[in-house]
Amino acid sequence: MTIAARKDRSQERQKQMIAEHFQRLGRARESGEKCVYTFVPGNLTELLRAFDLLPVLPEINALQSGMRGKSREYIGLAEKLGHSEDVCTYVKCDIGMLKSGNIGPTGERLPDPDLLLLSYTGCFTFLKWFELLRQEYRAPTVMLHVPYQADGQITPSQREYVVAQLKHKVIPALERVSGKKFDIDKLREQLRRSAQAEDDLVWVLQSARHRPSPIDAYFGGVYYIGPIFSAFRGTQEALEYYRELREEVAERIALGLGPVTPDGPLEREKFRVVVEGPPNWTSFREFWKMFADEGAVVVASTYTKVGGTYDLGFRHDPDRPLESLADYCLGCYTNLNLPTRVDVLCQYMDEYSADGLLVHSVKSCNSFSAGQLAMLNEVERRTGKPVGFLESDLVDPRYFSAANIKNRLESYFQMVAQKRAAAPRTEASAP
Amino acid sequence: MSASRVQGIVERAEDLCRDLRLESVRRWKEQNGGLAIGFMPIWAPRELLRAQGCLPVGIMGGGEDVEIIKGDAFYQSYICHLPRSTIELALGGSLDVLDGMIFPAICDVIRNLSGIWKLRFPERLAYYFDSPQDFDPQIGGAFLRRELEEFSHALVQRGARPLETEALRESLAAYNANRARVQALYQLRRDEPWKVPTWELYLLQRAGLVAPVEEHDRMLDEYLAAIRADESRRPLDQARVVLTGSFCEQPPLGLIKTLERAGCYIVDDDFIQVGRWFKNPASLDGDPLDNLVNAFLRDSLESPTRYEEQGNKGEELVRRVADSRAEGVLFCTPSFCDPALLDQPMAVRAIEASGTPWTAFKYAENNGQFQVIREQAGTFADSIKLFSEALSP
Repeated sequence: MTIAARKDRSQERQKQMIAEHFQRLGRARESGEKCVYTFVPGNLTELLRAFDLLPVLPEINALQSGMRGKSREYIGLAEKLGHSEDVCTYVKCDIGMLKSGNIGPTGERLPDPDLLLLSYTGCFTFLKWFELLRQEYRAPTVMLHVPYQADGQITPSQREYVVAQLKHKVIPALERVSGKKFDIDKLREQLRRSAQAEDDLVWVLQSARHRPSPIDAYFGGVYYIGPIFSAFRGTQEALEYYRELREEVAERIALGLGPVTPDGPLEREKFRVVVEGPPNWTSFREFWKMFADEGAVVVASTYTKVGGTYDLGFRHDPDRPLESLADYCLGCYTNLNLPTRVDVLCQYMDEYSADGLLVHSVKSCNSFSAGQLAMLNEVERRTGKPVGFLESDLVDPRYFSAANIKNRLESYFQMVAQKRAAAPRTEASAP
Repeated sequence: MSASRVQGIVERAEDLCRDLRLESVRRWKEQNGGLAIGFMPIWAPRELLRAQGCLPVGIMGGGEDVEIIKGDAFYQSYICHLPRSTIELALGGSLDVLDGMIFPAICDVIRNLSGIWKLRFPERLAYYFDSPQDFDPQIGGAFLRRELEEFSHALVQRGARPLETEALRESLAAYNANRARVQALYQLRRDEPWKVPTWELYLLQRAGLVAPVEEHDRMLDEYLAAIRADESRRPLDQARVVLTGSFCEQPPLGLIKTLERAGCYIVDDDFIQVGRWFKNPASLDGDPLDNLVNAFLRDSLESPTRYEEQGNKGEELVRRVADSRAEGVLFCTPSFCDPALLDQPMAVRAIEASGTPWTAFKYAENNGQFQVIREQAGTFADSIKLFSEALSP
């Protein structure tokens, strides 16, 4: 079997896992399974699974709608219904999808929520989003407020606050919805599997330290994080998926292969960049191709940490289940303060021997975007490496100007090349 | 005579409002020697600051008086105006007199502004004040108390005096008295809006952001006495409206005047809520820190920035309309204000269900042209006056 086919196997497996989950959601009313709507950052998948509840993630639905060309219509409908053109397009896409029959990416109608679990981590818009959904669905809602890591560390007070909410608010709500008593051993088992999968995911992400990098840690990275950021963290399926993915990437390293791009394997790695910010979903492939055409590989990205900063050392811990869930929520990337985010970017630039930093700023997400220009300047000041700035949106195609972005990227890579030519040659680093 | 007294008081308030270099704060520091701590909208624990000998200073951005040069380099075009003018003020030295800044938990933009502060002014206190969205006294209340204690400790490390129980109790009483005055003016405006033009009330509140509370009390007392004595203020045939959406970035003064000149009596609003944040006096019995916590948990104004566990969004706005006997609602919202604009469809739904007419427009704090809004508000007011019965359910 060829390497490409083996690569395809993990991608196929990932696609199949997610499709099966949506199909299961589509059958939930008949099967009697209960559904909980929640968010990616600060998700409590292991806890939901411990109650045999199925997670539904509106952000994932929105990005899927963006990739499938449905978001323009959904956003337009939401705006007609009075939602401002200024606000988050994930929210509007979700509202538009709901008003259009709530048809999920596999073409099946998504079930109404039995519970809205408002995990408020790193983004204020989440709060408003579920207030809007609560009015639409009339579903019970439980809030998990996760304080911000304003000083770059988790304080005992913050952890205590989150654990208290888990114990006294979230778990009782899940017991009511599921009709089952909380079983901490079941949760521990899930967390044990989470930690193993997290080890393998980190290994995969850190494989980009190699030259050439065997992976693209942004465009390819979003596929890698799919199962662990969505409905599968803590499951046996996720454990097996990440083991298989790791084996595939190990083989690519052994063969000295670069990442697979939309046009096939990248023949020659010319540029190594770090990217800050989420991708654009409506022109995802086109955006990726702009990088690949330049021979640019993203060796590290912050977006792939939005659902957990495992490469910074965090692991779910079955020995401290609730505290560990609290630390997970508190540690998601957009819950880190700006100085910490700058530190992370500088660390990536060094650790992955990057040529520079690109910020992809999206109109929809102030949590990510507000302050990115200051971060950019600070990273440039500290590292002396070229930085670039691109703007578009998450799922609103009106804000993706391909010509403009391509132009900026070409100029940026010319600048990197010039800077590199002017600098003394350095040794490539490999782990 | 009274008209000129009113004018004098309002001019003093406007001088304080437009004192972007915070000269009054500088003078206060020279005379009192305490720390001056800035705070962004919407709520900050002013009682605690005062009890530790600090002057709380509300920072509402640069408004219409600051030309943005450096601030635009910090923010993309799709982010509201307030943080860029605030950064402009800071980089231009206007905020140097402040010993620290509080960034309350309002939205992602203000939250991340706290990070920019840490990056740009590492020597200054930049405190992100994370108030709870859980309002259970044993959970959110315990967290808020710890937050307040940690904040108090941070002030002490910067040279403030330690927090003492009696000082905090006295400070709670001082702000209770101040809020009572502001609330009395709001009530008077509801009853006799021709007596209390909103642009004047607004300036008086702005003055309270920089003046020590006792000085602000005197200003409010003088104003109340002056308008009561002013016989020249007579009712006009204007539409009574509630204005909502302006709780963070403030509209230019000219916009408020424009709305009033267009035929609207603004009988309730959400400008500068810190002076009215607690709806009732904080208790002075028992532990004052607990009382401050409990007032926040149980007696705060409803706000798009605050999670509502129960009920329907917009119900509070409907109640405010009823309480103020308003005939319409103006959704007057800063561009790109996530909390206000995400809240708006829910509030509109509730307002429509109540049969109340409404209209909506957006602004930025530095807008200079109001003709379009004047026409919109004027038409809205006219339609209420002419067709209000027909619009009723």
